[in-house]
Amino acid sequence: MKIDQWLKSNSFHHSNFWDVKQLVADKEKQNLKISLCIPTLNEEKTIGKEIVIFRSELMTRYPLIDEIAVVDSGSTDKTMEVAANFGADTYFSGDILPEEGFKRGKGENLWKAIHQLNGDIIVYVDADITNIHPRFVTGLVAPLIYQPETKYVKAFYERPLAFSQGIRPSGGGRVTEILTRPLFSLFFPELTALMQPLSGEYAVRREVLEEIAFPIGYGVEISHLIDVYTRWGLNAFAQTDLDKRVHRNQATRDLGKMAFGILQSFLNRTQQLGMVEVKSEVSKILRQFQVNGEIIEQNEISIIEEERPPMKTIQGYRDKFGL
Amino acid sequence: MSKSKESLSELEQRVRSCQDILLANMVMMSEMPAPTFHEEDRVRFLLDRFREAGLDFISDDEVNNGIGFLPGPDGAPTVAIAAHLDTVFDVTDSHALSLGNERIHGIGIGDNSLGAAVLASLPHLIQALEIPLNVNIWFMGVSRSLGRGNLGGLRFLLDNGTQKFDQAICIEGAPLGRLNFSSLAMMRGEIEIAVPDQYDFSKFGVMGAIVHMNDVINRILEIPRPSRPQTSVVFGSLHGGNSFHELARTCTLRFEVRSESDEVAGMIESRIGDIIEEVRSRSGVEISLNKIAHRSHGGLRFEHPLVQSCQDVMQELEVEPKIGPSMSELAAFIARDIPAVTLGISNGHLINTKDEEMEIEPIYKGITQVLGVLMSMNAEGDSQ
Repeated sequence: MKIDQWLKSNSFHHSNFWDVKQLVADKEKQNLKISLCIPTLNEEKTIGKEIVIFRSELMTRYPLIDEIAVVDSGSTDKTMEVAANFGADTYFSGDILPEEGFKRGKGENLWKAIHQLNGDIIVYVDADITNIHPRFVTGLVAPLIYQPETKYVKAFYERPLAFSQGIRPSGGGRVTEILTRPLFSLFFPELTALMQPLSGEYAVRREVLEEIAFPIGYGVEISHLIDVYTRWGLNAFAQTDLDKRVHRNQATRDLGKMAFGILQSFLNRTQQLGMVEVKSEVSKILRQFQVNGEIIEQNEISIIEEERPPMKTIQGYRDKFGL
Repeated sequence: MSKSKESLSELEQRVRSCQDILLANMVMMSEMPAPTFHEEDRVRFLLDRFREAGLDFISDDEVNNGIGFLPGPDGAPTVAIAAHLDTVFDVTDSHALSLGNERIHGIGIGDNSLGAAVLASLPHLIQALEIPLNVNIWFMGVSRSLGRGNLGGLRFLLDNGTQKFDQAICIEGAPLGRLNFSSLAMMRGEIEIAVPDQYDFSKFGVMGAIVHMNDVINRILEIPRPSRPQTSVVFGSLHGGNSFHELARTCTLRFEVRSESDEVAGMIESRIGDIIEEVRSRSGVEISLNKIAHRSHGGLRFEHPLVQSCQDVMQELEVEPKIGPSMSELAAFIARDIPAVTLGISNGHLINTKDEEMEIEPIYKGITQVLGVLMSMNAEGDSQ
C-alpha cells in the first residue's frame, strides 16, 4: 500500500534536523524566505516565551526565520502588548485586507497571514503550547527545505495534557481518533497516515497556501488536507514527530463544537467532490444538553463554518505580489 | 569615577540588547526539571551553549557537573563562576513558565534556574559584547547542591579537578544586591521517629509518633542559644501519620542548625543528640538522627579586595548591597581557601513555592554587575 511507502519516506523525527546551521545554509542557497505566524486570541500567558525562544534561537543565533508575526482575532488580554514587547510584528486580523471584512476565527487569521507575511514558506504554530521549543519550527520547515516535492508538513506528537496535579502522559487527539480518522478511513484512506491531522502546527509553501480555500473556524485543517491531497496527492505531504506538546485540556463539550465544525467542512468538501450527496439543507445548530436539578436544559449553539476563497483570487493580494 | 559609572550604565544597555538570548536561555533552562541528583538535561543544555560559544575544555563528569573554559591572557588569574543547576521541585511538577512584560512566573526560577541561565549566557555575552577581561574563566554548572546533595557536585569538582582557582563568583537568581562572602556553620539533619509494631501503649501511654516529635521539638527549643555569635535552629518540614483517627506511627522532622561559630553549632548538634537518646530511652520508640549536610564557618573579611570590588560595582550601578552569610556553593570554595562571593541577579517573590516569580527588568543590571566584577579583576589578581 502507498501508505507504507509514504510513512517511510515522508515521516520524520525532529532530531533528524538537529543541524540548524545546515538548515540555514540550504535555505539561503535556495534564496527562501520563511515567515512564522502565530494566530492568537487571549494567549498572554504563553505568547511571550514563544516569541523569545523563536527570536533567540531561529533569528538571532541562526537566521532561519525572516519574520515572526502574531495575527490576533481581537484579544482582550495583553497578548498583543506582550508579543510586541518581545519583538514580534503584531497585527489585528481585521486590519489586514480591510476591504475583505473581518470574520472572527483562527482560520481567518491564517488566511490573512498569507497576505500580510512575505515568506515563501509560512509556518503556523499555535500560541497555547506550554513546552515551546525551536523544534516546533525546525522540524516543520526542514522537509520543505530538503525535499522540493514536499509542499505541506504537519506536526505530530505525544500530547500530554496539563492538569493541576501535574502532567498526564497521554490522552490528546480525541476528535482525531473518534471522528477524523474514521472519516478519512471511509473516504480518503491514504490521509489516515497523517498521525495528527488536526494539529495546529504546520509549514506550507506559499504556492499551495494561495491556491486553497480557508474555512475560518474548526474546519480549516481538515479542508486543507483534503484540498492538498486531491490536487497534489499524498506525496505533497510530510509529517514530523515533535515529541511532546503540552497544551490546555479541552472539555468534552468544547470538543463537540469542534467536531461539529469539522463535520460541516468535511461534508462541504465531499459534496463538492461528488463523493456524498446531502439532499436537504443541514442544520447549523449544535444541540448539547445538561441536567440542572430535575430539569434537562438544551443549549443551542450556532456554528457556521464560513469559508474564505483561495487568496490568489483576492485582488489586494494579487496587487501586492504582482500576480 | 563618573566615567566608569557611565561605562557600566552603557554596558547595562548593551546587555539589554541581548534580551532574546538571555530570556530564551532562562525559559529553556527553567522548563527542564532538575531535582537534586537529576540535573542531566540542564547539563546537556549548558554544554551545548558552551560549545556554541566556543569555550575550551567543555566536559561533564560522573556527578553531572558541566564545565567550560574561557582563556584569558598569559599569566592572568583564574576565576570560577559557578551556579547550581538543581531545584527543590520534582520532575512531576509542571515546569511550564510564563513570560509577562514585567515578570516571569514559574517554579525554580529564582533558585536557581535564573542563575543557571545567566551562566549559560555569559560566554556568549562576553564575546558578543566584547567585554575586556584579564582573567581566565571556568564556567561551572554544578549538580547536587541542595538538600541531601550537600554541595556534592562542587565538592567533587574541587576535590577531583585539576583546575586551580584564584577567586570564585557564585551566581544565585535572587535577590539583586545579594552579597555573601562568609559561610555560616551549619548542620542539616532529619529526625525520624517510628513507633514499633509491638509498641506497649499501656506502658508508655497512648501517644503516637507526632507527640513524641513534639516533645523533641520543645526540647530543642529549650537549648540555650547565644545572641553572639548569632545562632538559630530552623525547622524546615514536619511530616507524620496518614489519617485523622489513627495514631501516627512515623514522624519526620527536617531542621537546620546555623551559627557564626563552629563551636556553638557543634554544641547544639551534640545537645540534639542527647535529647534523642533521652526520648528513645524514656518512650521506647525508634528514633534516629540522620545528618544530611554540614558546613564550616568561614569567609572573607569585609576589606577583602573581592568584596570591595563587588561593592564598588554595586554602588556604580546603584544597587543596594544586601550583605549576609550564606550556605550555598560559597561555603565549598571558602572551605578550600578560595576567596569567593555570591551575587544575586534579580528580585524574586515567593521563591521555592509554586507561585514563584522574578522581575525581568533588574536582570540586566544583575548581569552587568557580574561582568563589572570580572572586569575589575586585574592581572595581578587579588589575594586573600
